[in-house]
Amino acid sequence: MTDTARQQRISRPFDPFDFMARYGTLIALALLILFNFAFTRNFATMQTLNVNLTQVCTIVIVAVGMTLVIATGGIDLSVGSLMAISGALAPMIFLGKIVPIDNVALAVAAAMIIAVGVAGLFGLFNGWLIARFRIQPIVATLVLFIAGRGIAQVLTNGNLQTFRVPQFQWIGLGRLFGIPVQVVLMVLLVIAAAWMLKRTVFGRQILAIGGNERAAELSGIAVSRVKLVVYTISGLCAGIAGLVVIAINSSSDANLVGMGMELDAIAAVAVGGTLLSGGKATIIGTLLGAMTIQLVRYTLLANGVPDAAALVVKAGIIVLAVWIQQHGRRA
Amino acid sequence: MPEPFDAFRIGFAMNTDSLLSMTGIDKRFAGIPALSGASFAVGRGEVHALIGQNGAGKSTLIKVLTGYYKRDAGEVVFDGKPFEVSSPQQAQASGISTIYQEINLVPYRSITENICLGREARRYGLLDWKRMHQEAEALLRRFNVRADVRRPLLEFNTATQQMVAIARAIGFSAKLVIMDEPTSSLDEREVAVLFNVIRQLKQEGVSVVFVSHKLDELYEVCDRVTIMRDGRTVKTAAMNEIDKIGLVSAMLGRAIERAEGHATAFSDRDEKKIGKVLLSAENLAINQIVQDVSFSVRSGEIAGFAGLLGAGRTETARLVFGIDRPRAGTMTFNGHNFNPHKPSDAIAAGMGFCTEDRKSEGIVPDMSVAENMMLALMPKLSKSGVIDEKAQRDIVERFIRQLGIKCSGPDQKVRELSGGNQQKVLLGRWLAMNPRLLILDEPTRGIDIGAKGEIQALIKTLADQGLAVLMISSELEEVIEGADRVFVLREGISVAEFDRDDATEDAVMSAMAHGSAPTIAEAAA
Amino acid sequence: MTRQRLISMLGSYGVVLALLLLVLFGWARYDYFLGFFNITSVLRYNSMFALVALGMCFVIMTGGIDLSVGSTAALGSVVAALASPQGALVGLGAGVGAGLCVGLINAILVTRLKIMPFVATLAMMLAASGTALLLADNQSVSVSYESGFTSIGQDNFLGFPIPAWIAIVAYVVGWIVLNFTSTGRGVLAVGGNEDATRLMGLPADRIKFLVYFASGGLAGLAGVILASQFGAGQPIEGVGWELFAIAAVVVGGTLLTGGVGSVGATLAGVLLLGILFNVLNFENGKGWISLSAYWQSVIRGLFLLVVVILQAKLSSRGSVAVRDY
Repeated sequence: MTDTARQQRISRPFDPFDFMARYGTLIALALLILFNFAFTRNFATMQTLNVNLTQVCTIVIVAVGMTLVIATGGIDLSVGSLMAISGALAPMIFLGKIVPIDNVALAVAAAMIIAVGVAGLFGLFNGWLIARFRIQPIVATLVLFIAGRGIAQVLTNGNLQTFRVPQFQWIGLGRLFGIPVQVVLMVLLVIAAAWMLKRTVFGRQILAIGGNERAAELSGIAVSRVKLVVYTISGLCAGIAGLVVIAINSSSDANLVGMGMELDAIAAVAVGGTLLSGGKATIIGTLLGAMTIQLVRYTLLANGVPDAAALVVKAGIIVLAVWIQQHGRRA
Repeated sequence: MPEPFDAFRIGFAMNTDSLLSMTGIDKRFAGIPALSGASFAVGRGEVHALIGQNGAGKSTLIKVLTGYYKRDAGEVVFDGKPFEVSSPQQAQASGISTIYQEINLVPYRSITENICLGREARRYGLLDWKRMHQEAEALLRRFNVRADVRRPLLEFNTATQQMVAIARAIGFSAKLVIMDEPTSSLDEREVAVLFNVIRQLKQEGVSVVFVSHKLDELYEVCDRVTIMRDGRTVKTAAMNEIDKIGLVSAMLGRAIERAEGHATAFSDRDEKKIGKVLLSAENLAINQIVQDVSFSVRSGEIAGFAGLLGAGRTETARLVFGIDRPRAGTMTFNGHNFNPHKPSDAIAAGMGFCTEDRKSEGIVPDMSVAENMMLALMPKLSKSGVIDEKAQRDIVERFIRQLGIKCSGPDQKVRELSGGNQQKVLLGRWLAMNPRLLILDEPTRGIDIGAKGEIQALIKTLADQGLAVLMISSELEEVIEGADRVFVLREGISVAEFDRDDATEDAVMSAMAHGSAPTIAEAAA
Repeated sequence: MTRQRLISMLGSYGVVLALLLLVLFGWARYDYFLGFFNITSVLRYNSMFALVALGMCFVIMTGGIDLSVGSTAALGSVVAALASPQGALVGLGAGVGAGLCVGLINAILVTRLKIMPFVATLAMMLAASGTALLLADNQSVSVSYESGFTSIGQDNFLGFPIPAWIAIVAYVVGWIVLNFTSTGRGVLAVGGNEDATRLMGLPADRIKFLVYFASGGLAGLAGVILASQFGAGQPIEGVGWELFAIAAVVVGGTLLTGGVGSVGATLAGVLLLGILFNVLNFENGKGWISLSAYWQSVIRGLFLLVVVILQAKLSSRGSVAVRDY
């Protein structure tokens, strides 16, 4: 391609697809909020805000890890199952089912660290399959998608674990300066991940691998190592989300914790504007994407549309978002 | 400028019974001409060679003919009728079969399927495997290939796969068979078998278009040759009327007795600035493509690799940079044994590699100029993993200035830049590492004239500053005027080495064509 | 070469061998394992999965994936249950038709809008599930018992469960299509090398269109059996069916990258995973160990793990089981 042709493309006129790919989510979110202010009763209340934030929290936490994985050109289907594992492990530890620990604070700390750590290890296992055997991510993580929930169910024998341990449930029910702890956690994670993606060598390497793996390797980037770390992070995020979910519910049901979470997370990432083929990622976008999906659902429910119809709308949003993105890139 | 030439006239002059004639073919991609007024004629039962440099337009011409691309202008007459096809399928049905350069078959499927896909034998509406197997076996027998046609293609060697591709093409009872570099993966014996088949086809009245870079082969099997350059057909001649030097000079667009003066931005260099040997390689080999290559590069020297397409230049560079592992041979770098396992080994030793394929191996398109440029240096420019934005920006801005990169700023996406500026960004990526050796594979390909001169001048300046440069180029003047020493590779073997003074165009071209300096007799002829 | 062939033979017949060993094990260990009741109930139940896996097998052979089959089956079961008062055949037709609609949309999204199969079918998974819940008003829809609709799932024909007959017919047709029609060979060619297939002049997009369409129809059929067998359309059934199907297809030696696959081995894969569950039940019945039902997904996951690692090793060595006719 000659220079002149390229230059012309730079100064191309307004491209609606490109514009929508960039700002569509933000606009949609703004429109949704405006709509709700106008038509939904009791929308402008703290309570509404809290309900929506709490519901979106776990999705965002998982989606942060998913964004990083997708940025390398991969996918992680195992996140929901890893949530179930961490959600099953933690109560077993702080309820003293494995080893009795007298000190509650110690027990809770051990429970959190071990549960999240184990989820991280399973994530590492995903990364190992993908980096070592070059198995497609969708297949490699399918293994733990199936086996992971089984492991959680076997651990608890499928029984519901109920508990009332305020020290632990603080992460799901507590408040810091009047803000739910989980929201604080989510915001911290989002900021940390966004910062990492933008400012650190590692973040740059993630995007380089997703953008052009050959070029990344030829530039001396340790591709396998980066992938190992990314899938581990995704596992850790899922582990944290698992703890938040069971803390809110005061109970852990291995059959239900994290069910369908992989889809919600992927949807948030896609709607947020991260390229599903990798190389371009935005954590803030993922946050916006998750909030958009949540708000669509809330708007529909609050205005008397059944939850099932919201699913159909969600499907439409995902297809539309991906289609606009692909079109915007091709133009 | 190419001499005025009319393939149509010559075609009829040589073969009154013409099978195919293409005239005035234009094809543009996004406004950029790939073919401009190309003409091509093939007679019945003729084996016609089609040659040219990379990017000369051979593949485009073939794909226009087979309906893979739609031509923008021009006429095609095939078998006496105007020829309009819009898909390879239609071309196949009309009697044109193509064997593509990269073997375009389905590796997991059996030989039979690969031969019969698209024209399966049926019985009671269902596939008749027995008859298809027999047919596949019969076709392969013509090539002296005996193979279990029920086995998947990937279990066979490349030569057999190539034969299967040819069998498929012939099985369609074609009137014209196009072979795009069919011999690149065959050994001598297999090539001989293929040539027998081509002669057989010829006897049966089938015409063959034969694309190859191995000049000897053309003389062995072809009747006529058409040479392409820059999207035009510049010459058509009977094989027995043109010698190898004539072929090469027509391909490169250089008359043997060309005027003095510089065609590139490389000016003469000060020999004293050249230091000690930095990299030396002895008898490198990996497969048929690289059989026996030896060369060396000194500090402050530009060493050039010349050779035709498929001579093994890029493949040799890949061995040096640790992308592939050599099967035989030794390398030393900076006086020590050098045996890189992966690119980061070579980078750590102080090498950089600007690959030939900028798009798939060089740039990360969605990243900015700064991010692309800092990709390799980044780890060194960070404090506990955090990128030092300021230091990075300083370096990037310095290189944008020094290299004269035209962009709106360090944050512009690299895919929005022109080819020349993308190349400069990649040069910057390696220069930022302060390397000792830089490998440049086709550094000016696909770059417009102005930027080309800038990059050439830049390479010279870098060498003057003590950098060792290994430059691969298909443009003869670039190697001859730019390199302090020229190594000529021919069919995987380093056949000649010239110092700057001895590296004349005739000498280098002759080595590319024959594998050695011309004898007096040849020079006279 | 012989060693390579041995490995590739193992790839082809490994699943069949494993299935035989498992059946032998069950026969030797449990009294009623090969009893008529056990055999028919295993077949009756697994025929639904077999149908879904068949469609999945064709989609995967083109190099794609269909994540919507579970919800599509749920939708099919609801639609069939709603239509069942009009007659057994109407119910059957309505269920299959609903599945075909979902398949059609998948096909359009993938071949016309060029959306990645994984994303397109993921979205349709949500849409189909939402539609099923809407139609069913969030609860099970009981079928009409007067119209004879339930006999599709519950009765026998020649002493053999009707769902099993349906699955057998579907697999025979699938086997013939794959091995003895040009469309079937085209499916494998597209998955093996789509560009080459286009250059060879085969209609790649039409082939892809057909497999998604057929996969939807088969999932709808599975839904009909579901509704008829359990007497109700179940909008929340089908969760995870797609992954069971993928696992069965992969265990059957079909490459997830496309281009290699076998209908027969897919059936063996379905049976292997289904009988594994059956064996666990018997084992628990013996009381020696008490492996909970939850072990089945762990064991399925392990199976999948072993198979994909083997596949990765085989394909990197360039020797893959291919022949199936």
